[in-house]
Amino acid sequence: MTMRMTRRQLVQRGAAGATLLSLPNLLAACGGGGGGGGGGELADTLRFSNWPLYIDFDEKTKQHPTLDEFTAKTGIKVDYFEDINSNAEYFGKIQRPLSQGNSIDRDIIVLTDNERFLGLMIDKGWVEELDKDLIPNISNLIDAQKSPPFDPDRTYSLPWQSGMTGIAWNEKETGPVTSITQLFEDPKLKGKVTALNGMGDTPPLVMLDNGDDPASVTDATWTAAIDRIQAAVDSGQIRRFTGNDYAQPLSQGDLAAAIAWSGDIYQLLSSNPSLRWALPTKGGVIWTDNMIIPTGGSAPTASTFMNFVYDPKIAAQIAAYVAYVPPVKGTQEILAKTDPKMASSELVFPSDATLANAHQFDSKALNNQTYVEQWQKVLGA
Amino acid sequence: MSFLHRHKGLTPYLLLLPGIVWLMLFFVAPLGFLGYQSLQTGTFDTGYTFDWAFSNYWDAISDYHEQFVRSFVYAGIATILALLVSYPLVYWIAFRAGRWKNVCLILIVAPLFVTYLVRTLAWLNILADEGPVVGFLRDIHVLGPDGRLLATSVAVVAGITYNFLPFMALPVYVSLEQIDARLLEAAEDLYASKRQAFLRVTLPLSAPGIVAGTLLTFIPAAGDFINAQLLGTPNQYMVGNVIQSKFLDVLDYPSAAALSFILMALILVGLLGYARAVGTERLTG
Repeated sequence: MTMRMTRRQLVQRGAAGATLLSLPNLLAACGGGGGGGGGGELADTLRFSNWPLYIDFDEKTKQHPTLDEFTAKTGIKVDYFEDINSNAEYFGKIQRPLSQGNSIDRDIIVLTDNERFLGLMIDKGWVEELDKDLIPNISNLIDAQKSPPFDPDRTYSLPWQSGMTGIAWNEKETGPVTSITQLFEDPKLKGKVTALNGMGDTPPLVMLDNGDDPASVTDATWTAAIDRIQAAVDSGQIRRFTGNDYAQPLSQGDLAAAIAWSGDIYQLLSSNPSLRWALPTKGGVIWTDNMIIPTGGSAPTASTFMNFVYDPKIAAQIAAYVAYVPPVKGTQEILAKTDPKMASSELVFPSDATLANAHQFDSKALNNQTYVEQWQKVLGA
Repeated sequence: MSFLHRHKGLTPYLLLLPGIVWLMLFFVAPLGFLGYQSLQTGTFDTGYTFDWAFSNYWDAISDYHEQFVRSFVYAGIATILALLVSYPLVYWIAFRAGRWKNVCLILIVAPLFVTYLVRTLAWLNILADEGPVVGFLRDIHVLGPDGRLLATSVAVVAGITYNFLPFMALPVYVSLEQIDARLLEAAEDLYASKRQAFLRVTLPLSAPGIVAGTLLTFIPAAGDFINAQLLGTPNQYMVGNVIQSKFLDVLDYPSAAALSFILMALILVGLLGYARAVGTERLTG
C-alpha cells in the first residue's frame, strides 16, 4: 500500500490547510489500496493494452522511451501489453469478465471506431469516465476528432492514432488504381485484388463509389454496396478478404492492388519503393483507434497518461515511430524539425483536401445485427 | 495411512481423482455451458435467454451445410494424401534408414517446433504466384499463364495435409517399427512374394497405426480454419471459419455453440462408424 492520495483529497486538503490533516483523514487516504482498480485514486502502476508496434521503441535499449519518460515524470510505472491484434478477438476475451462486472486489470485499452466493439463498450457502460481535470492537454485534440458520433463529448474516449483506408497498388504490376470501379471491374486486375474484411473499411469505400453517404447508412445504400462486393467476389475479381496480411503478397507482386491502410503502406515503402497508396477519387475512410478506460481501471491514472501523450512533443515522438495520423495539434510543426520527410507525407499528415475526401462510417450501422450478418455472409461465413 | 489400509477399494478412485477433476473442470463444465448456450435466443445487445431453442441447430444446418460438407471433404482428402505421402516415407525409415532413423524422425517432427500459424504462412511463399511451384506448373502447362494456386482449394488442402502430416506419420511409424522382421522372413519362407508379404503381413500389422493416424489427422483437420483463412478465399471457408466469425464478429453465441455441437456430433458419429468398420481392436492395437 502506498501513501498516494487522490487528486480530490489533495485539493480538499490544500484548501483546508494542514490543520485538518488529521489521523482519520490519513487513514481514509490510505484505504482502497494502491494496485489500481475502480476508485478515484492514482495507482502506482498503469496497465496499458495496445496494438503491436504502436508506440515508439528503441531497438538498442529495448525500451519504450515515451513510457520511460512518463514514469520519470510522474513516478507511475507502466505495464505495457501488446496484446490487441484484432478488435473482435480482444473484445471476445474481455467481454465475459466485463459483463459480470469484473475488472480486466487494465487501465487503458485501445479499440477502433470503425468496428462495432468500441461503440458497444460505451453503450454497455463497460467504461469509466475520463477525469478531464487531469487532462488539460485535451485542448490539443484536433477539431475533427472533438465530437465523434459514438462519444459526442469525449466523455469516455480519446484518440490514440488515426489512419485512412484507401487503395494501394504495386507500380510494377499495374498503373494507378484510383477508384473502386477500377479495382472491382478492370479485367487486368482479375484475381490480383484483395479487400479488407472490416465492415467499416470495404463497404464505406464502395458506398462512396456508388455516390452514397457512408456516414448515414440506409438499407438501400447498404444493400447496393454489399451486392456489388458480392458480385466482385463471384466474378473472381476479389481474390480474398484480409486483415493486414495483404502487405506481403502486395509487396511480392501476388497482388496488383488492395484495399489498404495508410500507415501500413508508409512503413512498407522503406523496403519496397514501388508501392503507392491513395484515397479513391470518390472518397475514402478515416478511422481512429481510441483509448478507453475499461470498468475497474483507474481513471486518474489513465487520465494522467492521456494528458502526457497529448503533449505535442510526446505525440511527435510516437508519430515518428508509428507513422499513423496523430490526433494532437502541433505535432507536425515539431516533426518538421526532426523528421521533415514524415512531416511532409500525405499519409501521416493528410492535407485539408485529403481530409475533406476522408469520411467516417456510420457507427449505428456497425452495430446493426442484420448488416453484420450480411457482411459475414459476403466474407464467406 | 490407516484410512487407506482399511478402505483398499478406494485407492484406484483416489488415483483417478486428479484426472477426473481436470476433465470435469476443463472439459465437461465448458461443454455443458456450450450446450446451454446453444439453446439460447436473443442478441448480444439485448442479452440471451435460455428457452430450449433447438431451432438454432436446424438453422445452423440449413444455412451452413455447404461449409460442413466442405470441411469433411477437405479433411478426408487431406487425410488420404497424408497417408499416401507418409506411409512409404515411414516404411523406408522403419526398415531401411539404419543409423539415420533418428535423424529422419526428427526431420518429420521438426516443423512442429514452429508455430502452426507461421508454418501456414510459409505456404504463402511456397505457393506464391511468382514462386517456384507455380512457375514450374506453368512451364509444364499444368497451369495456364495466369493460373495460380493460392486462394484455391488446392492450396487449402495442401496446407492441411502438410500441417497434419506428422500426426499421420508418427503412429504409422510406431506400428511399422514394432513388426517382428522374422514374420516377414517366415512369409517368404512360405513362398510369399514381396508383394504378398506386404499385403498379408506388413499392411495388416501396421493397421492400428493407420487407424490412429487417420483419426489424429481427420478430426483436427475437419475443425481447422487457419488454412482456409490464409490460403483460401471465402469460397473455401470451412465450418471452423463460420464458428470463428459467429463467436468473434457476429457475437451470435448461440448459433456458434450450436455449430460447434453439430461438428462434434458429426465427427463422433463418423468415428463410431469407422470404429465399427475397422473393428475396435484396431483402434487400441
